[in-house]
Amino acid sequence: MAERVRVKTMMPPGHVRAPAYLRGKSGVIERTLGSFKNPEKLAYGLPAEERPLYRVRFTMAELWGADAEIPDDTLDAEIYGHWLEQEPSHAS
Amino acid sequence: MPHDHHDHDGLSPSGHPYRTDNDVPLTYWQTMEIALRELLIEKGHITASEVSAQIDAMDARSPANGAAVVARAWVDPDFRQRLLADASAASREMGFDIGPMNLIAVENTAETHNLIVCTLCSCYPRNLLGLPPDWYKTRAYRSRAVREPRAVLHEFGLDLPQHMTIRVHDSTADMRYVVLPARPAGTNAMTEAELAALVTRDSMIGTGLPRRP
Repeated sequence: MAERVRVKTMMPPGHVRAPAYLRGKSGVIERTLGSFKNPEKLAYGLPAEERPLYRVRFTMAELWGADAEIPDDTLDAEIYGHWLEQEPSHAS
Repeated sequence: MPHDHHDHDGLSPSGHPYRTDNDVPLTYWQTMEIALRELLIEKGHITASEVSAQIDAMDARSPANGAAVVARAWVDPDFRQRLLADASAASREMGFDIGPMNLIAVENTAETHNLIVCTLCSCYPRNLLGLPPDWYKTRAYRSRAVREPRAVLHEFGLDLPQHMTIRVHDSTADMRYVVLPARPAGTNAMTEAELAALVTRDSMIGTGLPRRP
């Protein structure tokens, strides 16, 4: 089963590649992409460490609630590992 | 005497407004670009002709490159598998110089339609398809494609049935995306080159479908 993750809700200043509309939203990891230099450092010409990058798939229902055109349509985005946290399991 | 006419409310003889000359000061970033380029040339790191050659190389890239990749995938099942596994390697295999671009191909099927957007800026598979269309970079497309993709597709003339799943792909970081459209019906007898002529730029962004034969 695909791993469920949630995008952290932090709002740091500066250049980040995690869109605000996805923060706090939960999805599943669609695939892992390997490691890439952290754009939050690269943008300022700073030495950039490599960070793992994931493609996370969200449902439109998760993103837009009742406003979603079709709840099961999806949105995939690339999110860096340091922006993701494990979603607490609600299953009993 | 073509120039012997009066100015008609600022309109040209053809009835269109004159385009204003760009007699305005350079912006900060234009000044910085010129300063950096001239310094690099003066210090011998690059030449002006190398800069021009790079611009030529980018302008030479066009949707025809992507169309050739799509057509190959339609006629060669093994290539299709390689394309879906690693679209960068598959594009290079066909001889396209895509530089360091990390490319993912997403496949349209009878059940699934894919749409590409970059909400944060204008990420686009330029190294394969050339420069993006202007609308791709607008705030309207970038914000609406993720929020109401079906309404956006409707405005492009594409109405998908409710039972089809739309997968929107937001190019937020290091990957770029190209849609592998579904091969149109009635094309069994067509050659690879004829098939490539059916593949439009928009069909590789997901805002359209390939032409019908």
